[in-house]
Amino acid sequence: MKYVLLFGGTMEGVEALEGDARKEAMADYEKSGAWFAKYSQAGKILGGHELQGPSTATTVSRQNGKVTVTDGPFIESKEVIGGYAEIEVADLDEALEMAKEWPGTVEIRPIVDHSQDQQRAMES
Amino acid sequence: MVRVLGNFDVAEEVVQDSLVAALERWPEQGIPDNPGAWLMTTARRRAIDILRRDRRYAEKVALLERSTLGSDPAETDDRLRLIFTCCHPALAQEAQVALTLRAVAGFTTQEIAAAFLVTETTMAQRIVRAKRKIVAANIPYRVPEGAELPARVDAVLAVLYLMFNEGYLSLGAVAGMRRDLADDALWLASLVSRLMPNQPEALGLMALMKLHLARSRARFDAAGEMVLLPDQDRSLWDHAAIADAIALLGRAAAMSATGPYQLQAAIAAVHAEARSWDETDWQQIVALYDALLRLVDTPVVRLNRAVAVARLSGPEMALGEVNDLALALGGYHLFHATRAELLDELGEKALAREARLRALELCQNPAERALLLRKLSG
Repeated sequence: MKYVLLFGGTMEGVEALEGDARKEAMADYEKSGAWFAKYSQAGKILGGHELQGPSTATTVSRQNGKVTVTDGPFIESKEVIGGYAEIEVADLDEALEMAKEWPGTVEIRPIVDHSQDQQRAMES
Repeated sequence: MVRVLGNFDVAEEVVQDSLVAALERWPEQGIPDNPGAWLMTTARRRAIDILRRDRRYAEKVALLERSTLGSDPAETDDRLRLIFTCCHPALAQEAQVALTLRAVAGFTTQEIAAAFLVTETTMAQRIVRAKRKIVAANIPYRVPEGAELPARVDAVLAVLYLMFNEGYLSLGAVAGMRRDLADDALWLASLVSRLMPNQPEALGLMALMKLHLARSRARFDAAGEMVLLPDQDRSLWDHAAIADAIALLGRAAAMSATGPYQLQAAIAAVHAEARSWDETDWQQIVALYDALLRLVDTPVVRLNRAVAVARLSGPEMALGEVNDLALALGGYHLFHATRAELLDELGEKALAREARLRALELCQNPAERALLLRKLSG
């Protein structure tokens, strides 16, 4: 079963942090690197990336047929998506186990499996 | 194959999609090795459903359970798997409660809707959505192991306690249906503690529920009015059930792993053993609350502790402790009701009335509202 893990938070603005807060952010950043290394080695991670901060985001939206390009992410919220990983594991419990080791917030989304689509189309 | 078919009725409810696949294989691979076992399971469940409607069904269900449970380890595993799947933390807690009632306790959707005072459509949607998530997100159908287990057992017990309170607190006002909910929560807790005999908290929760239910006959007077613990006729308590519950607590204590349910049950047991409100061992109760606070330090536990402190060290000291909780519990009717009682004892009638009016404003439960109104007029 494949899932995508969406990680909350980016390194943007980390320079502005001071003292312990900054140390903590850097320690978490290192932990996230170690997490990727561990699970890539275990063959659980199919792909994924850390993303640059929301200040680099551009959103293309479509309303009434009109395409608009705007600055910023399309989800207006305090939490921003800072990265993602596509994983292949047995079930949600295994995905949860991995997510719990991530040093921050994670949203787990099962993927829609389109792998059989082509075959089905050919059969029909 | 037998294991899969053994929980067919249940699977139909919870893991429908994946089980349909198994059923499709049935015609190809032939009838299961032991179709009799499957039929037995179905028949037994039907019997339990019918007995449920009987006044004394709890004892009979217990008998039925005892005679069959454990004889088939595969079925025991299935039940546990089912409970853990229904109470998976990836599902909203209200959905966990509904699924458990539907799939494990055999309630109909209509009955669950009635118990939670929502429409049948709403409840059906809640259950369908949860079932879909189980399939779509691949929530596994298994009993968690190792380091995972304690938190998952806690989640199961929390669902059962929520279910129990939903039934127990509204006893009297909308009796009948909701009484069933408390009984069923006890039945499920006893099932869990039988299936997982090494979990002292499951025994603790069972004891706690039993102790509450043992007092239920004294909780309402002949006119249907709610009677609080200090004023209850203790001869109406079910003393055999109390003894049972205390024995359960003893078994739990022998496992040397104290937990919040065991401590709450121990507090209830001290009350249950006291001949009267005045003869209650308040020192013991305050000590138990202190132990509980070390495990779960919540404002509500502090509020309950303060009631015992009032008996041990006087209302003035207790009022001070209660007032400290104003910020956290300002929106909780029992905070104001407790203040009102303490203010009454201190002779502050006007302030007591003010607090009671605030409690009434915040209180939804009809039986508790009636009690507050009576005190306001008296």
